[in-house]
Amino acid sequence: MMKEYNFDTVVVGGGAAGMAAALEVDKAGFSTAIIEREERLGGILGQCIHNGFGLHEFNEELTGPEYAEKFTDMIMNSGVKVFLNSTLTEISGTEVFKELFCYSGKYGVFRINARTMVLAMGCRERNRGNIRIPGTRPAGIYTAGLAQRLINIEGYIPGKDVVILGSGDIGLIMARRMQWAGCKVHGVIEIQPYPSGITRNIVGCLNDFGIPLHLSHVITEIHGKGRIEKVSVTPLVEGKLDLSATFEIPCDTLLLSVGLVPENELSRTIGIKINPQTGGPVVDSAMMTREEGIFACGNVLHVHDLVDFVTEESRRTGIYVSNYLQNKGPARQIRIKAGANVRYVNPGKLNLDTENRLYLRTMVIKQKAEIEIRYNNELIKTVKKNNILPSEMIDLVLPPMEKVEAMDVESSVIEIKIT
Amino acid sequence: MTDKMTKKMICITCPIGCHLEVEQKEGESFSISGNKCPKGIVYATEEMLAPKRTVTATCATNSKEYPRIPVKSLEPFPKEHIKDLLEALYNLEIKLPVKRGEIILEGIPGVDIPIAVTMSLV
Repeated sequence: MMKEYNFDTVVVGGGAAGMAAALEVDKAGFSTAIIEREERLGGILGQCIHNGFGLHEFNEELTGPEYAEKFTDMIMNSGVKVFLNSTLTEISGTEVFKELFCYSGKYGVFRINARTMVLAMGCRERNRGNIRIPGTRPAGIYTAGLAQRLINIEGYIPGKDVVILGSGDIGLIMARRMQWAGCKVHGVIEIQPYPSGITRNIVGCLNDFGIPLHLSHVITEIHGKGRIEKVSVTPLVEGKLDLSATFEIPCDTLLLSVGLVPENELSRTIGIKINPQTGGPVVDSAMMTREEGIFACGNVLHVHDLVDFVTEESRRTGIYVSNYLQNKGPARQIRIKAGANVRYVNPGKLNLDTENRLYLRTMVIKQKAEIEIRYNNELIKTVKKNNILPSEMIDLVLPPMEKVEAMDVESSVIEIKIT
Repeated sequence: MTDKMTKKMICITCPIGCHLEVEQKEGESFSISGNKCPKGIVYATEEMLAPKRTVTATCATNSKEYPRIPVKSLEPFPKEHIKDLLEALYNLEIKLPVKRGEIILEGIPGVDIPIAVTMSLV
């Protein structure tokens, strides 16, 4: 007989998002479980040994493992049941009950029945196949996160002479990590005319070591038979490759830091609607997907740049889940539209009767930006923000809008745009 | 002869990231421009006189299952001594179990800044 467990809520993934959501549901008195694939909680935080986490959440600068352990301790002191080393393979069930089929060495194949489910699977890295770099297929090409795991957890140094493609934060952090581990980083290649990581990391991870940052450049060829030997680098001039200016950088290792994608393979198998702009589920003002009783938070919903924001969003999601379990879902919601210069806004709906916290991403760099909030094209609020960048998520708090008449709700829209 | 030296740097105290220009005057006084707030002056002066960075690294352990353990300096470490610190850390082997916050190195010759593990491992 297959083992069976029943919970009010099951959370898929025990990283920063899953832990924060589970703690809130547990606190509200509902039975809660976390399913975690790895042998410990914490997710990607465990390999992010650098500091800079927790400034919002704990008011101090922590390393990834410290942030993870503080939350793990809270889980251990709560009523949350944790299934470690457990893989979720299939989800089925009705609107009332979700059935999750899992397996682990300890429990064998087992089934969890739950009234609600929180998706908190996080994200994964884009790899060489996603960005189509011409050339041979030698060894020595890693995603930055894989190299981070090899060095920080497994204790292997993947190579000595390194080139990094993409200036995302993980790539920058790895530049410093590899320098500090005795390797030499020969350059960072970025296709955009501006860095995609935060300034603090450009200074602390590149400038400190004199590592050149080639903006508006791409890798046009990978060379090497058994192992990578060099890369060809070509500048972009007005968006076009200037092949005559191509140069080569010898290296034995290439790290790819070219973006993250929410991990929604499981979500798709149950027909959850995905927003093409975020790669994550479409959610309403209570973080519920279009499927009844299934919620999403953290990097599986949209890729965050700060774990503190993941925690905030997920804690809020946990509260929404416990409201749902008490039949206290949002009464009146209107659709939010991402207007000019806004890539996306999460969540996708606004609760008219409560305060709303929104996260959005800009498509433009601006020193002095104005974020306009329009209700059916009528300007209702303007928020000023200094120094907005595509790489830094913007958070916005909107007050309740009780004035809106009930009859307007269906056809109305809130548009958020940047001018 | 004027012995002037200017240096460009980006202030990383806050997300604005002001581009600073620092001109060395006599001795330890500087003229700093480009800063939008007084914190830029403090940052640039410290960068010029005694730049420091928090060091995070890993040490070997005596465990096969968990071969590395993450560590950090409990305060920002003087930049010119970071290389020596890393060397000392890479020569250590930490005996498990350890608890998060346990100090594994009191410092290195000349720098009394302790290094602690950032993860509990049993």
